[in-house]
Amino acid sequence: MKKLKPLSRLLIALSALILISAYFVPLWQIVMWAPQYPEGLTMKIWIDNITGDVNIISALNHYIGMRHIEVSMFPEFGYMIYIVGFVIGFGLLVSILNRRFMLIAYALLLMACGIGALVDFYLWGYDYGHNLDPTAAIIVPGMAYQPPVIGTKQLLNFTAFSGPDIGGWIFMVSAALAIGVLIVEIYLSRKKI
Amino acid sequence: MKNKILIGTAGILAAFSIYSCKPKAPEDATTGDAASRVYVAPGKYDEFYNLVSGGFNGQLSVYGIPSGRLIKILPVFSVFPENGYGYSEETKPMLNTSHGFVPWDDLHHVAISTTKGEHDGRWVFANGNNTPRVARISLSSFRTEEILEIPNSGGNHSSPFITENTEYVIAGTRFSIPMGNKDVPISSYKENFKGSISFIKVDSSSGRMNIAFQLRTPGFNFDLSRAGKGPSHGWFFFSCYNTEQAYTLLEVNASQKDKDFIMAVNWKKAEEYIAQGKGTIEKANYAHNVYDDKKHSATSTILNEVKVLDITQFPDIVYFIPCPKSPHGTDVDPTGEYIVGSGKLAATMPVFSFTKIQNAIANKEFEGDFSGIPVIKYEAALHGEVKKPGLGPLHTEFDEKGNAYTSMFVSSEIVKWNVKTLEILDRVPTYYSIGHLSVPGGPTKKPHGKYVIAYNKITKDRYLPTGPELTQSAQLYDISGDKMQLLLDFPTTGEPHYAEAIPASLIQAKSLKIYKIEENEHPYAAKGEGQTKVERKGNEVHISMTAIRSHLTPDNIEGVNVGDDVFFHVTNIEQDWDVPHGFAVKGANNAEILIMPGETQTFKWKPLSSGVFPFYCTDFCSALHQEMSGYIRVSPAGSKTPLKFSTGKVENQESGAGK
Repeated sequence: MKKLKPLSRLLIALSALILISAYFVPLWQIVMWAPQYPEGLTMKIWIDNITGDVNIISALNHYIGMRHIEVSMFPEFGYMIYIVGFVIGFGLLVSILNRRFMLIAYALLLMACGIGALVDFYLWGYDYGHNLDPTAAIIVPGMAYQPPVIGTKQLLNFTAFSGPDIGGWIFMVSAALAIGVLIVEIYLSRKKI
Repeated sequence: MKNKILIGTAGILAAFSIYSCKPKAPEDATTGDAASRVYVAPGKYDEFYNLVSGGFNGQLSVYGIPSGRLIKILPVFSVFPENGYGYSEETKPMLNTSHGFVPWDDLHHVAISTTKGEHDGRWVFANGNNTPRVARISLSSFRTEEILEIPNSGGNHSSPFITENTEYVIAGTRFSIPMGNKDVPISSYKENFKGSISFIKVDSSSGRMNIAFQLRTPGFNFDLSRAGKGPSHGWFFFSCYNTEQAYTLLEVNASQKDKDFIMAVNWKKAEEYIAQGKGTIEKANYAHNVYDDKKHSATSTILNEVKVLDITQFPDIVYFIPCPKSPHGTDVDPTGEYIVGSGKLAATMPVFSFTKIQNAIANKEFEGDFSGIPVIKYEAALHGEVKKPGLGPLHTEFDEKGNAYTSMFVSSEIVKWNVKTLEILDRVPTYYSIGHLSVPGGPTKKPHGKYVIAYNKITKDRYLPTGPELTQSAQLYDISGDKMQLLLDFPTTGEPHYAEAIPASLIQAKSLKIYKIEENEHPYAAKGEGQTKVERKGNEVHISMTAIRSHLTPDNIEGVNVGDDVFFHVTNIEQDWDVPHGFAVKGANNAEILIMPGETQTFKWKPLSSGVFPFYCTDFCSALHQEMSGYIRVSPAGSKTPLKFSTGKVENQESGAGK
């Protein structure tokens, strides 16, 4: 049973605790600029909500047949709070129980969460951008309106940007801490041998 | 033959001499780099808002300074078909008066609200000169929020000047009239005609106005006024003319006396009398119109009494100061110590000292009385005279460096002089015949300076001609240096009288973008398409309709008959900046309405013939604006066509016609 350095345990606890911020700050943001919207339209994705200019974006999207964005359509907003809660609890448990295999599991869990969230986001984006109302006013042959998963993309008159918000960045710091600690632990234990 | 040659030569010489005597051409008057100093690059903002009276258009216009660009026209006292002001059911009450609906007025002066004598950027007040009224316009929504009619007034010219903390807005009558609408011979002027000055209290948080009291004065004309500030706070100064008390051919008969008056009013004293329960309540009918931006509707209330203090009964409220020849402007400098009287027919311009006026009152240095009101000795109140200032002085504004700028109507120029030394420092021509002028913050304790703007009465050859009716204009001068420099001419809408300029920084950030739909309390608002409906109440049909890019709901309406009163209550359910929708119906004896995001406005229509009438959005709102339309079916009077309404519902194409 490989154990962890005291500093590592502290950093893992920190990695878990900073995730609490996910309940208080937006995780992801989508910003859209157009000639008529030089100030940009912003959509903020929280752990259980979407805020910002959602109604305006939906109203504009109806021209191309995209569905109206409603919080109730996303089951994720119902269970994401539990997933993050579980991750935080697991991280603290790693710190308390002091087992390296648990740290490996924690790091994998964080990575899985990140990848899972991006995949989920991609699937929703794909669905929204492709499943268009066939009676929409504006139909551009061959055109889909899937937002970028990360980065910017031109969609007709809009330049859409998608990227992490404060909560997203904190999640990355948390994951980096866990992975970093794991790498250092492995490196140190190999040196001993 | 020889004589003819001589005469011809003399003629040519005369022509040359006339040519050489001609004043220098206006184009020589601007400075070399003027263009770059007024240029505001695309997408950049002007430094000042210039709120300019529209005179006989009854509106207020907003210009940017230094560019002189017209940004917006705000309807105040006149109907405005462009946005439905005075045409929508909600705004009609704004123009109600004791004379009924008055769709026009003559807006002369503006006053931006102040706190401690400095611009606070909350409201701008404006006067209606013809049917006496005072309006308050919000500098957040840029809408007319309130109009108060002034009873016992024969024309509200000496208005809407304000006290230091906007405690009061003033409304002094231009023409004296018999009080209480009495039927008397015009020739009984001296006996029956009186003047009245209304002190309108302004609520410091809501801005709501009410007439606290009126001063009843002897019969003559009041022209302009200014409140004291700093040491003279608590006093108000009015220019009076026609102390001859003429009632015909005033041009001659009101210009006989060597001196008329500036009337100094101790309004704090008047307040004390009112607090003591002095004064009488008189019957008077006047309208008070208030716009509620939650209900998106105006209400008009007819009030029927006013409290009056007769100044001849309370002689320590008012003092007259002789002022040469029919004074027009009476302007108080930023320190509050000096009061400039502009006798428009006088050769000199007196500057009175507030300290001296107070001493003269204390020492009873009076030269007599007028209708029992003490008249202070001219010299006892005088700080000094500006000698040979120019011809026809009208108005004076001030900068932050102790200088005054006086407009000269007859000699068509602005004269800069030092308030303390009374020395003339500079003069520049205006094109032509300047009336009012404005220095940003000029009437406040803290002028912002930088520019003086001239508002001219005549333009003649300054712009491309447009037939006999020409544009009016303003001119911008830089006053940052010792010499005034003409930078720009810009045409204005209506006839500009007084105007004020205020730094954009005091207003820009709090400019309203939308009305919140959840705060909409209009009784017929449809706050979503699910709330749209059509209801019949007797011969009234009420349609609660929504507008959002790019459709109206409902857009198919049936069951209306000829003779019905149809009310389209249109709610713009957008919550996005700069997305108004408009609404108009074919053949309606009405203007369009414009509806801002979150707002409800009502368009009344009385169909006079049967048929199917299109209606549509009149403000190009979106790519599918042309599709934003609908039909309303009107059946002959007494028909039983079922009431029906929908949007997006397609019925059997064959089932409609003739059934």
